[in-house]
Amino acid sequence: MKLFEHEAKDIFRVSGLPTPPGGLARTPEEAATRAREIGKPVVVKAQVLTGKRGKAGGVKFADTPSDAETAAREILGMRINDMPVDAVIVEEKLDIAQEIYVGITIDRNERKYVLIGSAAGGMSIEELAVEHPEKIIKHHVDPGLGLSGYEARNMAIDMGFRGKQIGPLADFFMKLWSIVQVHDVELTEINPLILTKDGRFLAADARLNIDDNALYRHKKLLEGIKREPVEQNAREREAEQHGMAYVELEGNIACICNGAGLTMATLDVVSLYGGKASTFLDLGGGSDAERVKMGIEIALMYPQVKAVLVNIMGGITRCDEVAKGIVAARKERGIDVPMVIRMVGTNEEEGQRILTEAGISFVRTMEEAASKIVELVKEVA
Amino acid sequence: MAILVDRKTRVLIQGITGAQGTFHSASMLKYGTKVVAGTSPGKGGEQVNGIPVYDSVKEAKEAQGANASVIFVPAPFAADSAFEAIDSGLNPVVIITEHLPVQDEIRVIHAAKQKGIYIVGPNTPGVIAPGLKQKLGIMPGHVFADGPVGLMSRSGTLTYEIAAGITNAGIGISTAIGLGGDPCVGLTPLEGIKLFEKDKKTKAVVLVGEIGGDAEERAAAYIKENVQIPVVGFIAGRTAPPGKRMGHAGAIISGSTGTADAKIKALKDAGVQVAEKPSDVGRLLKMQL
Repeated sequence: MKLFEHEAKDIFRVSGLPTPPGGLARTPEEAATRAREIGKPVVVKAQVLTGKRGKAGGVKFADTPSDAETAAREILGMRINDMPVDAVIVEEKLDIAQEIYVGITIDRNERKYVLIGSAAGGMSIEELAVEHPEKIIKHHVDPGLGLSGYEARNMAIDMGFRGKQIGPLADFFMKLWSIVQVHDVELTEINPLILTKDGRFLAADARLNIDDNALYRHKKLLEGIKREPVEQNAREREAEQHGMAYVELEGNIACICNGAGLTMATLDVVSLYGGKASTFLDLGGGSDAERVKMGIEIALMYPQVKAVLVNIMGGITRCDEVAKGIVAARKERGIDVPMVIRMVGTNEEEGQRILTEAGISFVRTMEEAASKIVELVKEVA
Repeated sequence: MAILVDRKTRVLIQGITGAQGTFHSASMLKYGTKVVAGTSPGKGGEQVNGIPVYDSVKEAKEAQGANASVIFVPAPFAADSAFEAIDSGLNPVVIITEHLPVQDEIRVIHAAKQKGIYIVGPNTPGVIAPGLKQKLGIMPGHVFADGPVGLMSRSGTLTYEIAAGITNAGIGISTAIGLGGDPCVGLTPLEGIKLFEKDKKTKAVVLVGEIGGDAEERAAAYIKENVQIPVVGFIAGRTAPPGKRMGHAGAIISGSTGTADAKIKALKDAGVQVAEKPSDVGRLLKMQL
């Protein structure tokens, strides 16, 4: 789960990580009030769960409360990367000596957390990795020992900081590491972390993503967070509610399978035969007839779908249940597009009998299924 | 023989009294696997499918000589179960459970490494060695015939698909391992290939990868320099769009990393024959064996 900048900064403040003075505003008037409280030139920033908001015009500077009000009026109601902006942060405009990049994420190959830092902040870490890979400093955290003070200091030193700057930056890393552990953070980035002309380090931005699999142990944190529903279409919502993995693509063939790898491979084979998939739908393991029916219904809700390919490798999933689900979907909803079924594995004969009785044909291999559905879709398209 | 398991493997099922543990322990027994004990704290003294249940791994090990574990415990408690198995020195520890917090995964993998224990998974269908009738997981046993091919995969049903193809080609499998669909898993393809190289029975290896991360590239670099036996690859997700999680938590192209094309290229550069379709794997193996 991605947190908004203001939510992340609330966590930062509680944990003692320095952030610029400021706060949230949901109306232009509130923005003016925040600016008045700060009593200095401010920056007004759109609260959206997407990057590149600066380039989209979602960050504006204002010298007076009335300028802040105007800036907020322009930003509120904007759409950035197709996401609506319904809040802004108003913060003191900092006297910048240097922009720094600081982050902690997971190195999936090492199976460890990794600290990432660069004295060349401001630009995205991806751009930085291309243009100045030598300026990116990394340090893996030992999963048994955690992060020690000397390691945090070495990070600061390796990033090029000296003297009085080492202590505060190392302290910043230590506190950030503690937040990562306590809140099950899978990715955090502060870009930029600002070194002010008077020598303070302040988190000017904050990105904090919490591991979805760990949300169950952060109920208290979640209570305090107002989460507008993520922008999902009805089909995506429906699939998610039923625990199915569902991704919409640009083609016209819906692929309904069991297992993520098999579904991906099915999409690939369809493409090898010259077709294009509209839908990645992984039913998951052990689906019963009702669930299979539901999967077909969700897939058919997508107007782009011109054909359906069902590819099941029975293991915990039983072919007889799959067959029953297909028959039920046809009977109850009606399947008005060409459909090809391939299913093998557990209770395959019983499943085939059910399909045959219902007058539904099936094929034996993935290749046959893919080539057949591509032919059929050509006829209807 | 096989890797990770042998004839002496005596399996403990952690979480045996749950629906999954009960169902799959029966299926493992039926396959011929030596399932000797189960655990479920507070239910010691009961039996599931005739298998004695203990309150702790320590008791189960002492009473029944269990030396490997399969974990079906729900995600919030799965890491604790893994630590318990690691502490008792069971090896391998196969974690079937999905949706473990990644922080738990990292700690478990690290703890196992310290003791030289292999973690398989999480989010895996497990390990199967058809020649030994040892199944530590949830795979349908009948699609795996005995033979000389070592199979590794990040997926479940795609593994069965490819195993069935290998079986239909008249070849068979020494050991098949589900590596798990999460970004952080215990056994990696690189470690897997090192184990298969040392196994006298394994004459060829099949590596089934998918988009996300660069574990396949790392394995390819090792294969290029070291591996003498033939390796056949298949990578799922060639047509997956960037930035979308394709079912598995680990199956995502981030920016320009983790693409199928990069993996296929790395494998081909290492002399690995890469199959275009799952059904080509059997044919490519036949040509090389």
